[in-house]
Amino acid sequence: MRKGDVIVLEHLPAAVAYAAGGGRRELDGPLGSAFDIAERDTRFGQKTWEMAESELARRTLETAFGKVPHDIGTPDVVFAGDLQCQCTASGYAMRSEDVPFAGLYGACSTMAESAALAACLVDGGFAACAAAMASSHFCAAERQFRTPLGYGAKRTPTAQWTVTGAGAVVLASGRGPRVRAVQFGRVRDLGVFDASNMGAAMAPAAAETLVRYFDATGETPDAFDAVYTGDLGAVGSNLLGSLLELEGVRLQNHRDCGLEIYGRTAPGSGASGAGCSAAVLCGHILPMLARGEMRRVLFLATGALMSQTTSLQGESIPGVAHLVEFCSEEAMACS
Amino acid sequence: MKTTKEEYAVLCKQALPHSPVAKDCAWAFCVGGAICALGQILLDAYGALGFEKADAGTLTSATLVALSAVATALGWYQKLASKAGAGTLVPITGFANAVVSPAIEFKREGLITGTGAKMFTIAGPVIVYGMLASTVWGVARHFLWG
Repeated sequence: MRKGDVIVLEHLPAAVAYAAGGGRRELDGPLGSAFDIAERDTRFGQKTWEMAESELARRTLETAFGKVPHDIGTPDVVFAGDLQCQCTASGYAMRSEDVPFAGLYGACSTMAESAALAACLVDGGFAACAAAMASSHFCAAERQFRTPLGYGAKRTPTAQWTVTGAGAVVLASGRGPRVRAVQFGRVRDLGVFDASNMGAAMAPAAAETLVRYFDATGETPDAFDAVYTGDLGAVGSNLLGSLLELEGVRLQNHRDCGLEIYGRTAPGSGASGAGCSAAVLCGHILPMLARGEMRRVLFLATGALMSQTTSLQGESIPGVAHLVEFCSEEAMACS
Repeated sequence: MKTTKEEYAVLCKQALPHSPVAKDCAWAFCVGGAICALGQILLDAYGALGFEKADAGTLTSATLVALSAVATALGWYQKLASKAGAGTLVPITGFANAVVSPAIEFKREGLITGTGAKMFTIAGPVIVYGMLASTVWGVARHFLWG
């Protein structure tokens, strides 16, 4: 059923398995103990950073596959994406998996985009089981988007730190936290040009998606234990609050994955990267829903859709935010 | 959403965290000053070893470049620069770091297509416009003072 931009699911697919992986800095953060893949070698035994990310993604996906109950079987399709050019981390990770694969690019919004697509396919009966994954690696992203790792430069206070991490979730009919609704976001650009201030570039898209969600469903923020954004960081979170207040929405239970993953040790404005929201979703949010520590959660991953070329050509940064509504099994039984 | 670009620009300005200017300047002054002091010590040492002033200057620059290259390869220069900012950027050691860091970074893409092609991605514009400025100045000087 469709309410505005919101797709309300009929059968409420369950997150039957999920896994998260992180690098050294992520393991040292407050969510470090939640990661399934906990390796302190940020090269993950590979020769290049690109293959290191791919290896992390592969191990995370295989760990999630390993947790799928035997009666469900292997996924019919995997939606996955990352930040590397041509989505190579995901594509190379899928070389060793004999499963249909659809690569996605939603920048840091990829986890919500992939989970939303997987949920729609399962809910519509087009797949009995579908997986969603996203990953990023600090070193691979840094050398692709910014400067070489050894280059001496000072970061601005608005800059965010790309997470070395991955998250994978398998959706099917079964036991686990449920997906109630999904919403694909509209691209919004309010004229932010600074590629070191992506939280500010993405906050309007997050506000747009949330306002449309609350308008379409009649829900209020208070109905949720938490509203998680992907990686707005401190600056973007602040701006999201201001934008929503102008729209008459008070968001008091907002949390940002970019601030959760490193906690108080967050460099600059916080964390970012496709793997940031993916690792927090699969290592923190879904387990909390499964344990009944939270009942209803909005998960909203935000992406900045510029490239190095468009930034150099003086274009402003468009943002997008996709939303997935999760609930615990108990909350589903009550509704 | 009703917010316009102009209104959002005001919100962004209000939300922008400020750099700790005094602390950044202190770091830049101390580290940049220390690098320059090291340069002076090297210059005096080469002079004491009997080198002519011009040769001692060239050897000093070469030594600082070599030290910066080693520090970059060991990952130390970037760590220092993350605090020192302009203090490590402005001296000749910053230029060496800008050449050495991409040379190391892109070696997996091949000696020619990686290291060779990418070595001057950061320093290249400095060289191009440095050469251009010196040429313009040389021509102007020729016509003005003969």
